[in-house]
Amino acid sequence: MLYDVSLTITYEYDTAADAGRHVLRIVPADLPGEQRVIASSLSIKPEPTERITRRDFFDNACVEIAYDAPLTETEFRVTARVERFEPVPVFDVSPSLEGLYQELANLGAIDNTAPHHFRFSSERVGHHPEIVAWARETTAGARTAYAAAQAICDAVHRDLTFDPEATMVDTAVDEAWKLKRGVCQDFTHISIAALRGLGIPAGYVSGYLRTIPPEGEPKLEGADAMHAWVRAWCGSDMGWMEFDPTNAMPAGLDHIVVARGRDYFDLAPVKGAMRTAGSQKTKQAVDVEEVG
Amino acid sequence: MADTARTAEDGLAELLRDYRKIPGVADELLDGEGELRPVWTSFLTELAALSPEELALAQTRGSQYLHDAGVFFRHYGPDDSAEREWPLSHLPLLIDTREWQQIEAGLVERADLLERVMADFYGSGNLVTQGVVPPELLAGNPEWLRPMVGVRPRSGHFLHFLAFDIGRGPDNKWWVLCDRTQAPSGAGFALETRMATARSFAGIMSRSNVTRLARFFRQFRDALLDLRGKDGSRVSILTPGPLNDTYFEHAYIARYLGFLLVQGEDLVVHNGRLMVHTVGGPQPVSVLWRRLDSGWMDPLELEETSQIGTPGLLGALRAGTVDMVNAVGSGALEIRALMAFMPRIAEHLNGNPLSMPNIATWWCGGPAARDYVKANLDRMTVDQAMATGLPFEHGAKVVIGGKTADGADVNPAWIDQEAGTLAAQEIVSLSTAPALEDGRLVARPMSLRVFLARTPDGWQVMPGGFARIGNSDESADIAMQQGGAVSDVWVVSDKPPTAETLLKQQAPDQSRRQMVALPSRAADNLFWLGRYTERAEQKIRMLRGYHLRLAETGRADLPLSEYLAEYLDILGMDAAEPLPDAMLEDVRAAIRSAGRIRDRFSVDGWNALADLQRTMERMAPRLTAGDDAARAMSVYLRKISGFTGLVHENMYRFTGWRFLSLGRAMERAWATANFVTSFTAPDAPEGSYDLAIEAGDSIMTHRRRFVAATGRETVIDLLLLDGMNPRSVLYQLRAIHEHLDTVGPPEHGPRMTPILRHVLRLETDLATATAADFDHDAMIEIANRSAELSGLLAQSYLR
Repeated sequence: MLYDVSLTITYEYDTAADAGRHVLRIVPADLPGEQRVIASSLSIKPEPTERITRRDFFDNACVEIAYDAPLTETEFRVTARVERFEPVPVFDVSPSLEGLYQELANLGAIDNTAPHHFRFSSERVGHHPEIVAWARETTAGARTAYAAAQAICDAVHRDLTFDPEATMVDTAVDEAWKLKRGVCQDFTHISIAALRGLGIPAGYVSGYLRTIPPEGEPKLEGADAMHAWVRAWCGSDMGWMEFDPTNAMPAGLDHIVVARGRDYFDLAPVKGAMRTAGSQKTKQAVDVEEVG
Repeated sequence: MADTARTAEDGLAELLRDYRKIPGVADELLDGEGELRPVWTSFLTELAALSPEELALAQTRGSQYLHDAGVFFRHYGPDDSAEREWPLSHLPLLIDTREWQQIEAGLVERADLLERVMADFYGSGNLVTQGVVPPELLAGNPEWLRPMVGVRPRSGHFLHFLAFDIGRGPDNKWWVLCDRTQAPSGAGFALETRMATARSFAGIMSRSNVTRLARFFRQFRDALLDLRGKDGSRVSILTPGPLNDTYFEHAYIARYLGFLLVQGEDLVVHNGRLMVHTVGGPQPVSVLWRRLDSGWMDPLELEETSQIGTPGLLGALRAGTVDMVNAVGSGALEIRALMAFMPRIAEHLNGNPLSMPNIATWWCGGPAARDYVKANLDRMTVDQAMATGLPFEHGAKVVIGGKTADGADVNPAWIDQEAGTLAAQEIVSLSTAPALEDGRLVARPMSLRVFLARTPDGWQVMPGGFARIGNSDESADIAMQQGGAVSDVWVVSDKPPTAETLLKQQAPDQSRRQMVALPSRAADNLFWLGRYTERAEQKIRMLRGYHLRLAETGRADLPLSEYLAEYLDILGMDAAEPLPDAMLEDVRAAIRSAGRIRDRFSVDGWNALADLQRTMERMAPRLTAGDDAARAMSVYLRKISGFTGLVHENMYRFTGWRFLSLGRAMERAWATANFVTSFTAPDAPEGSYDLAIEAGDSIMTHRRRFVAATGRETVIDLLLLDGMNPRSVLYQLRAIHEHLDTVGPPEHGPRMTPILRHVLRLETDLATATAADFDHDAMIEIANRSAELSGLLAQSYLR
């Protein structure tokens, strides 16, 4: 599937914000076997005084920019043509949870692909006993790690209501859980808390979702802004599997990956807030159009 | 002769009468057989010869030193934080130099090992892939910072300054209790503890062959200067700021070593280079000794909410333009669970066991360790595996000897549930050391903090450090309660040590260059310190004028008193209050400013200011209007002059002094222009001219210069235009002009700064005028132009 992706993020400040430094993770990733970036560009206005491209610990491409003078407005614009490959059909060859723990205990690896990174508390997802208790109940009948992960994502979708007004970008997991409302970020964080609580390594994926659904299918939630979903490690044989709890579906042809990490903290599209005395306005516009 | 000997022996017996060695616990004073360790003999004999009064006096001298030097640490209580004096246990701990050499060798070996572990954790990760260390110790370690993985330190070394807490076990051997690799504190306190103890026992110390500490600090200072390379960049010490518990030490060390003390907001990263904002523009920093934890260093990549970090700092580390002491992420080595693997790591990397073992530790992530811990809970302390606290600092969930903090038995199943989040440590009975209580020695549990610094000649060990002394003899366990004391550690040899101080060795050009740069934030605080003290002085003078007149006439409703009361009101003071809060607030603000720059400030100056505040606060409630208040104001004036005298007599004429003086001169120019304007106004009542001369502290000068009584023109001439009168506006402008010339324009800016232009114009206008030129409107204009000075200075230098 071929897509044209475009994203525009603008910040406007009432009073000029201090000279700032940001890290951007907004450009679709080139992932052999999963998706191919045919062309992409990132334009930034005004032109930053410094611009560095590098890769973070999890090998995501990021662009670090800096301004040496105060600003009243910034704009980040991404355009990309991306080919997303058909996912391989799923055969559940994952071990039981006990089997998964055994595999992890025998896995002496700490490189950036090791599942160990995704087992413990991270900046935005800690230990949440209520969610873990709920996760145990929800997955009582699941015989494999994959089945458990799928059950979690279906249950998060079932028990939470999509509501862009209910939470903010910095809403804590506990708060969203109490509200049982939120957006893709909250759905994903709650899924991660549940999965890690069960002992399944789980991480965060940020990306884009196609805007107009294929004919005869409903429009997906989360297509109007950058999207997020969850990935779970289902043992060495099956590896990482991705689920979209906001839409209760496996992440697949409709999902375009930007970056992968432990939670939103690792992958925030724009890191490094401007310091300003006045108020600021942010706008985000996303369009993901199928071109063939 | 025989008599004296017996007396000394009797004194020693008396001193030791209550000293009890705890069975099964080693003791620093008495060996296994209960005999006095030889290293103590001569010291205790001399101590015993002191009369009770002499001994009490010796202790007072030590405490007085710490008090006068303003040594404090900040104590965080449940509701507030307060400054506490350093809790000195006056008796030093004596260690024989031969034993000390063994301690040194063990710790140097450990420091080298930790460096290799650090390089592995942030490099190849071989210790994990080869099965020596479980991956959970990194993956679940909050101090293992992923953005730092793969970043090689510029100097090739991750660790430069370390501390270890060690203790002596029942087997008489020394054990490492914990490794401090993040940003160890206490070296400055160790130095102050040494100074205080030297005050207490100066004579005894000089005869005791105690190894000096200065060499250690000199070597480390030179090592840091060497790290810079040859590019003229600086070494700076990064502090979280005055609210940090050990800020005093940061300021003290910066002053002692002659390094720049900076805060995160002083720093900025430009094109991968770390720079410090100074009054002369941004200057490169290539060595940063950080005194804050890694997580706060860079809000862009680490803790986002950090207000004390510098965005882009990690980028500068990646670019290899700055050395960090110690590397960002070095806190990863401090977690309790790592202790469990140090013996294996030593075998793996060194091929030998640790020559000084660490306290036996089990990480509960593995089934075998869990079973062992469950079976031996009664002799274990179980706490968070990933916590980095000291061995005697525990969280609320700690289980000691199988019991929770509230004394309940713990169910061993808890160990299985919590598994990898827990680590258990064997409860070790630490040795006891002597402490002085009511003139006698008593045995108290103790542990030792020892500091190591990397130099081109390898690790150097501070010959001393300090000992923590428990305050109860009930338990010699490792769990030392809060509220213990600290004592100096004397490494005693048979031969006299070579004398050496830091000052003697200092290369002159080095010290000068390090001091010229003044961070803008420090300049700002010095400037405001100058302004606030001058402002307080002005207010005191005005109040004294008011109360003197009240005392003379007994009436507050005379025109002059009412006019003056109105003027006080403009200054924010209620004439009905003998000691208005607005004045006290200026003194408090001055102290706050001074508190933020204690690294550039003499202890005497600080004490003078604190004394003024104490005096005011003590007198405030019982001051009455009139004569009483006028006298009090005279006392304050003397005290505040004492402070300014100290500062201006003793402060070296560096840039810092210039900003302090600029603050004072600008405040005085502005205040003088203001009150002269008011007291020469057309509606000013009779007596106003005299008041102006008095407020300007120029009565004598007026008498000498003018035969006539005060008049409008003599007032204006003396207080506005007389360049010889240190109280005149013109005199202040000339002083400001000279300060600005010396400081020079900021780098990359125009030579003629807006502030300099403004000063020159005002100075010329006053220098070429006569008193007759100034009607009331012209006076108002001068007052307004004086008010602009401060803002223009800030624009050019203070941001």
